[in-house]
Amino acid sequence: MEFFVTLIQVLDSTVRLATPLLLACLAGLYSERAGIFDIGLEGKMLMAAFFSAAIAAVTGSVWLGLLAGIGASLVLSALHGLASITFRGNQLISGVAINFLASGMTVLIAQSWFQQGGRTPSLFGGGRFEPINFPFAEALEGVPFIGPIYSELLSGHSILVYVAFLFVPLTWWILFRTRFGLRLRAVGENPAAVDTAGVSVVGLRFAAVAICGILCGIAGAYLATALQAGFVKEMTAGRGFIALAALIFAKWRPWHAMWACLLFGLLQAIALRFQNIDLGGVVIPVQVMDALPYILTVVILAGFVGKAIPPRAGGEPYVKER
Amino acid sequence: MTVPAIELKGISKAFGPVQANKDISISVAPGTIHGIIGENGAGKSTLMSILYGFYKADKGEIWINGSKTDIPDSQAAIASGIGMVFQHFKLVENFSVLENIVLGAEDGGLLAPSLAKARKELKELEEEYELFVDPDKRIDEIGVGMQQRVEILKALYRKAEILILDEPTGVLTPAEADQLFRILDRLRSEGKTIIVITHKLREIMENTDTVSVMRRGEMTATVKTAETNPQELAELMVGRKVLLQVDKVPAQPGKPVLEIEKLSVTDSAGVERVKGIDLTVRAGEIVGIAGVAGNGQSELLEVLGGMRPGQGSIRLNGEPLPLHGPGSDGQARRAQHIAHVPEDRQREGLIMDFYAWENVAFGYHRDPAYKRGLFMDNAALRADTEAKIEKFDVRPPNGWLTAKSFSGGNQQKIVVAREIERNPDLLLVGQPTRGVDIGAIEFIHKQIVALRDQGKAILLVSVELEEIFSLSDRIAVMFDGHIMGERLPAETDEKELGLLMAGVAGEAA
Repeated sequence: MEFFVTLIQVLDSTVRLATPLLLACLAGLYSERAGIFDIGLEGKMLMAAFFSAAIAAVTGSVWLGLLAGIGASLVLSALHGLASITFRGNQLISGVAINFLASGMTVLIAQSWFQQGGRTPSLFGGGRFEPINFPFAEALEGVPFIGPIYSELLSGHSILVYVAFLFVPLTWWILFRTRFGLRLRAVGENPAAVDTAGVSVVGLRFAAVAICGILCGIAGAYLATALQAGFVKEMTAGRGFIALAALIFAKWRPWHAMWACLLFGLLQAIALRFQNIDLGGVVIPVQVMDALPYILTVVILAGFVGKAIPPRAGGEPYVKER
Repeated sequence: MTVPAIELKGISKAFGPVQANKDISISVAPGTIHGIIGENGAGKSTLMSILYGFYKADKGEIWINGSKTDIPDSQAAIASGIGMVFQHFKLVENFSVLENIVLGAEDGGLLAPSLAKARKELKELEEEYELFVDPDKRIDEIGVGMQQRVEILKALYRKAEILILDEPTGVLTPAEADQLFRILDRLRSEGKTIIVITHKLREIMENTDTVSVMRRGEMTATVKTAETNPQELAELMVGRKVLLQVDKVPAQPGKPVLEIEKLSVTDSAGVERVKGIDLTVRAGEIVGIAGVAGNGQSELLEVLGGMRPGQGSIRLNGEPLPLHGPGSDGQARRAQHIAHVPEDRQREGLIMDFYAWENVAFGYHRDPAYKRGLFMDNAALRADTEAKIEKFDVRPPNGWLTAKSFSGGNQQKIVVAREIERNPDLLLVGQPTRGVDIGAIEFIHKQIVALRDQGKAILLVSVELEEIFSLSDRIAVMFDGHIMGERLPAETDEKELGLLMAGVAGEAA
């Protein structure tokens, strides 16, 4: 029974830790399916984390914070779109620039605004997303098995967690069941086909990049106002890159993306829960556990997980051939 | 006089220094098939891309059915009832046929009703025009012939009344090409107006009502097809009389230059592609290898050219050549005086994003003539390029253009110039005139014969029987990795070679 309780606790924390990864991963999915590689997910999340925490701290409203986070992320998305779609620049370089920009700007603004060593003040009350408890969660807690699953694993997360997981079927539906999805996928595979069919390549790609910005914004706001209570320097800690790895692992498919993010979330949860694992004399230090998600990232990116074929026109600015 | 379906007035278009279209006017009557013929790079595709809104003209007017129409993008062209089948199909490869047809012409935000409607309409179109496709197959699962039908259906689904086809038969087998023209004939009888761009005279003569000829960006003539003949069209295209036959004196074969014994080649998948062949090429003769593509000819050339390893023995001027390991790469082959015009110039012969003068150096970039101390002497290289461009009549004559901005024929001239001008003992030539226009074919053939007349050995691989017949002094036929037999061109005919190519054994099997 004790094992079961531990398991539920680890899975519960898996869901929470997977949420920012999932939002960022879906953000990247929209962008890359449209043929725009985005390694600036990390920077956008970081910028959104800071602005959401800052505005939430100043106004006391987490919803205004969320809006500010999405706005900040959208500004960076617009920058990426301008560089890589309008001016046909290199998408990787633009993404790297966005990461540097976010990493420096957040600390700089935080320090000059709040004078707390590059953090925002701690959030409390209306400045944070509170857990939502499902009806009868407390009453059912005592029921064996189903009780803990319902009241601990499913209930008691912030609204953004549910939003993130609802985005999985929504994204699948948009991608494969709507006109917008068909065009989005087409523009990432063969923009010339879209162009000659009389549809704007630039318009589609900007739309995709904007959706990417919104989702990264939610991801960042979740980190600073729901998972934690305030912004700290570099708080994204490589989640944007892990989300990219998950995206490749998932071969750019929404449901697979969810499972990949849950896997990474599980590793993070295990690292959090079992700090030093004692294997009969040999102690695995906490650092090894903390490094696990990153090690898995490397393993996945090194291509041990089968061949991942990215959208064919990914990374290439669209120029009418001559 | 009926109102023309299409009228172009004074269209001009330049790409940087290249004037692709110069003041072009053309008028096409409704319900006809109009051919536009011209060499590669004459500006045919550019003109049609302007009509389809893919490029924007610098100057000029477009009139559709008697009213002046502005076509700033493809959407406007589609709205005016124009559909275009590009030379390189604009299809999304991992989408189904149905999805490709619907893309951009959906009826609403949700896909399901659009797809259902398209499926129904597709069935009607298929029956009306006998254009059969499987709507649920993915594009990468179907052949090019069917892909082309998808492109035509795409245009018809968008209610196109005017259909433009750019080099539609380039990727088709003769049977598929015949079928295509039957479809076009059918479309014409339904009242559609069709424009076909091609550089093949036969197709123009057999299928069009009127024909316009383009040369170097200008429209040189528009005539009724019934009132012209291939010779006249060829002259109009090239601007001078064209030899459709290669003029050459009988060969004077000398000592053996290339001696191949029991050569076998296994590809990376472990399949034996060349199965122990013997072949000799003498000085001053052209040996042509005929065969259906994929019977080991490519692999033979690649081993000789140093692009893949083989087993067996080859001697060049009596000296054995290594077939694997050191001394068997392309660089070494060139040092051994073997020049190679590879089959696929865009992948193997050139780097498409590099300048012409850089491409002229490849394979010979270690030549002391291009060296100044530790560095390359780019000035010397550019001067050398200029000389080659002039001698081989590469157009436009500008070494500072990237390889991809030349037409196919001029790209090939750059490769041939690079290899022939090295004065090799043995020249390997693969598909020298694939996708090359008439003027350039004639020129390249002349250069190859001239090299032979200097007493060099030439091994030619071509899938064009006509080319094999007109160039070769001796013909070897390959089938399934074997040489089925050798013939003299004067003592054989297409029928006999066709049998050998199909694997029906001759004297040697």
